[in-house]
Amino acid sequence: MIEVQNLTHYYGDRRAIEGINFRISRNEIVGFLGLNGAGKSTTLKILAGLVVPSSGSILIENVDIVKADESFRSRIGYLPEEPPLYREMTVREFVRFCGQLKGMPAATVEQRLPDVLRLCQLTHMADRVINELSHGYRKRTGIAQAIIHKPALVILDEPISGLDPSQIVEMRQVIRNLAAECTVLISSHILSEISETCDRILILHNGKIAAEGTEESLVRGASARGTRLTLLVRGERARVEQALKGVAAVQSFDLHDEGAWMRVHVALLNDEREALIAALVGAGVGIRKLVEDETELEKVFLGITTPTGAA
Amino acid sequence: MNGIWLIARRDFAAYVNTFWGWGILALALMIDGILFYTFGLGKTAKYSAEVIQQFFYLTGGVTLIAAIPVTMRLFAEERQTGTIVLLETSPLSERQLVIGKYLSGMMFVMAFALLTSYLPAFVFVNGKLGVEEILVGYLGILLMGSAGVSIGTWASAISRNQIFSAVLGAVGIAGFVVCWMLGQRVDAPFKAIVTYLAFFDRQFEPFQEGRLNTESVVYFLSVSFAFLLMATQSLCARRWR
Repeated sequence: MIEVQNLTHYYGDRRAIEGINFRISRNEIVGFLGLNGAGKSTTLKILAGLVVPSSGSILIENVDIVKADESFRSRIGYLPEEPPLYREMTVREFVRFCGQLKGMPAATVEQRLPDVLRLCQLTHMADRVINELSHGYRKRTGIAQAIIHKPALVILDEPISGLDPSQIVEMRQVIRNLAAECTVLISSHILSEISETCDRILILHNGKIAAEGTEESLVRGASARGTRLTLLVRGERARVEQALKGVAAVQSFDLHDEGAWMRVHVALLNDEREALIAALVGAGVGIRKLVEDETELEKVFLGITTPTGAA
Repeated sequence: MNGIWLIARRDFAAYVNTFWGWGILALALMIDGILFYTFGLGKTAKYSAEVIQQFFYLTGGVTLIAAIPVTMRLFAEERQTGTIVLLETSPLSERQLVIGKYLSGMMFVMAFALLTSYLPAFVFVNGKLGVEEILVGYLGILLMGSAGVSIGTWASAISRNQIFSAVLGAVGIAGFVVCWMLGQRVDAPFKAIVTYLAFFDRQFEPFQEGRLNTESVVYFLSVSFAFLLMATQSLCARRWR
């Protein structure tokens, strides 16, 4: 169990994160989402032990790592966006070195090495020099160094950035495999990846946790806040606008001309689509199509991290 | 202790597995050999003691110069390539990291010193020289090398890139070397202090002459300790930024 309590950090006078609280259960894969500058990297660096927070605590298996000595770092594995690799070493030598650096006895590292190479799908590359590897294999080597010492928490910062589609699919499997032996915290800009890989999502905005939960619960929460519709209509632009403004449930809308037709995106406070249709038909506007927008993680994320758009 | 040794071994392996390490070693040995031939042996007949004093003087200088490219990469290169994260997220303390890096530099200095031993051996075989004079001279090389490596380690610990690290290390080492010049310009009590700090003309001289001077041993160890401590503190400070 990892518990972050009231975590705050300042760079000089600038606040990077403030009062962050969250819990992660054992063997859970949690996605960390946020815009650039939201405080993701700062939080990850604090969790990895690279930065000492201004205040707050981080409990890993009931030990506050902010107050603990350096030995706590052996409980954490960290892969930054650009994997830190000694490129003149072979994969096997490098992973072995990292295991020993994290305090594992040499014999234990040797015992564990084949399992880690298998888990990261690196067995056939074990004796290749890292400098000769593709970006995808370097990322996997980075993951191998982060897990060789059996950490309680593995932090992966943008693990799939720069990978091609087939490497992404393979990396997804590697990350899922990790959950069998540790807790995983993933930071990524690629929402579909978070959606595919993670059990739970934390959304960070302006240095604070803006939302957290499973993808389903976040989407449900967003749906409860209103309905988004897309319509294909024919009629005068002014009439369409007037009709939409006449419906009390309409929060915002925007119109796009598509030849003889107009595409209308409407945000409704409640699902009052009957009233909307009646208003448009009453104004002499023809309705060709009406579909409810699917509320996806991307929309949830944008809804939380960007200001509400006006009509 | 295992962690310190692990870092020292990896860094030393990084020297010997690359052209960089062998290049520095070969260049340093070549310069040392040429200087010895030109100034140590010279064209006139000399006593063995004079030749060996000149050898240690020149080898001491080459050791200090070699310490600059050897140490400039210790932390600065790790920072440039991002591998510093491996060290900073390891359970090793900053003190252990600094000692590990320092030891790798010292292993290089020792390898260099060992490879120069054919020159005093040549004097020993062909001249009249005591083994203890050679051993004390080499002790001086290692102690002054230790001070040079410590200054370079500190410079690398506070630098973002290797060029800056090399320049800072060179300035630091040069400062201690040229102290004697400053000593000739300033008045008491600064004269005594500045002259005391001079590497060659004050502290290394006894070793050159085959005299084991405790004060000079303490001096070089103190300089090494001070710069390693500053390197440790600068690494610690990074976590609080």
